[in-house]
Amino acid sequence: MSIIIDHLTHEYETGTAMAVKAISDVSLQIPDGQFVGLIGHTGSGKSSLIQHLNGLLKPTSGTVYVGGEDIFDKDYDKKKLRSRVGLVFQYPEHQLFEADVFTDVCFGPKNLGLEQKEVELRAYDALKKVGLEDDAFYVSPFDLSGGQKRRVAIAGVLAMKPEVLILDEPTAGLDPAGREEILGLIAGMQKETGMTIILVSHSMEDVANYVDRIIVMNKGSVMLDGSPKEVFSHVEQLEEAGLAAPEACYIMRDLQKAGFDLPGDVTRIEEAADAILNVFGSGV
Amino acid sequence: MIREITIGQYYQTDSVLHRLDPRVKLIFVILYIVSIFLYRKPLPFLLAALFLALCVGLSKVPFSYIVRGLKAVVVLMLFTAVFNLFLTPGETLVAWGGLKITKEGALIAAFMAARLVLLIISSSLMTLTTTPTQLTDAMEKLLWPLQKIHLPVHEVAMMMSIALRFIPILLEETDKIMKAQMARGADFESGNLLRRLKAMVPILVPLFISAFRRANDLAMAMEARCYQGGEGRTKMKPLRYKGADTVAYLILMVYLAAVIAVGKLT
Repeated sequence: MSIIIDHLTHEYETGTAMAVKAISDVSLQIPDGQFVGLIGHTGSGKSSLIQHLNGLLKPTSGTVYVGGEDIFDKDYDKKKLRSRVGLVFQYPEHQLFEADVFTDVCFGPKNLGLEQKEVELRAYDALKKVGLEDDAFYVSPFDLSGGQKRRVAIAGVLAMKPEVLILDEPTAGLDPAGREEILGLIAGMQKETGMTIILVSHSMEDVANYVDRIIVMNKGSVMLDGSPKEVFSHVEQLEEAGLAAPEACYIMRDLQKAGFDLPGDVTRIEEAADAILNVFGSGV
Repeated sequence: MIREITIGQYYQTDSVLHRLDPRVKLIFVILYIVSIFLYRKPLPFLLAALFLALCVGLSKVPFSYIVRGLKAVVVLMLFTAVFNLFLTPGETLVAWGGLKITKEGALIAAFMAARLVLLIISSSLMTLTTTPTQLTDAMEKLLWPLQKIHLPVHEVAMMMSIALRFIPILLEETDKIMKAQMARGADFESGNLLRRLKAMVPILVPLFISAFRRANDLAMAMEARCYQGGEGRTKMKPLRYKGADTVAYLILMVYLAAVIAVGKLT
């Protein structure tokens, strides 16, 4: 399902001294099946932007089209929208509330008004997708580990079978193993189902390793937009926006400055290792 | 939706009222509220309303912002007004079936509504121009004599300031949880009362859990910094009266005298 953001502007506290433009005149097009990384400094407007995509925030001006339909049209069914565009918030485990994991995951599909059987099927499916073991289905979500809780919360959104999945900092507060696990899960799902995924993140490594396209937000506008290689070649601009390029970019740049003949568009650690071996490794 | 509630919030700007000592403002509001309940006559009310309008003007807080806070209590106001209107015995003005509106009822309803409006505007004007920290400092200082009778004044003030500090945090948290559940298709706006109450469970459970988690973290952080209550604590910004505060007290005296004079004479 494709998304078109058309001259979107959002202002908080309109009409007071605290009026802030969170998003100013953003236009973007996200085609079906793309894996997009959305990055930006705290307060750059990325969280506000994604909340427009499933109608939780209303724009001050401009609009959003999901699958060709204007979602802020008066007659547009918000419930249908929420089943199409799934939004996983930051620290999603804080929204768990049911007595056991399975019932909690059922909450979403049940709200869609599906039959009990279908609801349970979807919940089971979603929990399997996030790789939760069967014996954890009927324990209290509060007895799970941090990483497990997060997977359950993501399953809660997946059970609604969205065609677009938006994740706000899905790896925040997890240990390296937990991060890898969650990101691997998301990337695997994207490959398998071809769904459109928007991944909001602070970590350049996270996005560099997985996404097709990176959108950089700064002060409510889109600053950079392109493939990871394109975006990470603008290191100075990124640093100006309070961000950084992946470690691998810095190493390659420093080596280039030291006079070694290395490619300039390397973003992943593995690629960097190969390129360095190519230059230094011939003698080994 | 939840951001609309402005009661108890601080409005950042620089005005005469913002710079006043918080003790002055606290005493001011208490005495002002007393003044609007002293008489049930139109003239003292008019005086009170004019005086408040002057204060609102001085505060530099946009009037529309203050009125937004009133919206939350409109239901309460209508409730009291309607009850007074229909249930006060006296000279009948309009009779309609079993219901009748009396002259006394209409008067009481009007007075009650006016009082509530003045009460809410005046007290929210205080919180709009005073930060929660200032407010609890003022309260601690004013209640200090009660320490003689072994009331833990500092602890009470600390509890108050923590409670006040938690209001915006929990509001924000509620907003976040509501959005997260709405993203999962939860519906808080349709259905009958019972259904709407049941729809609150997915908000309340996470909210309570997060409140406990935050309280726990805060207690831990305070203990890690060896916090241990009032004995021997000094303040970074001790409260001191300035010239403007004396003037404000004088104005308050003049206002009270005027209200009593007008109330007695009319």
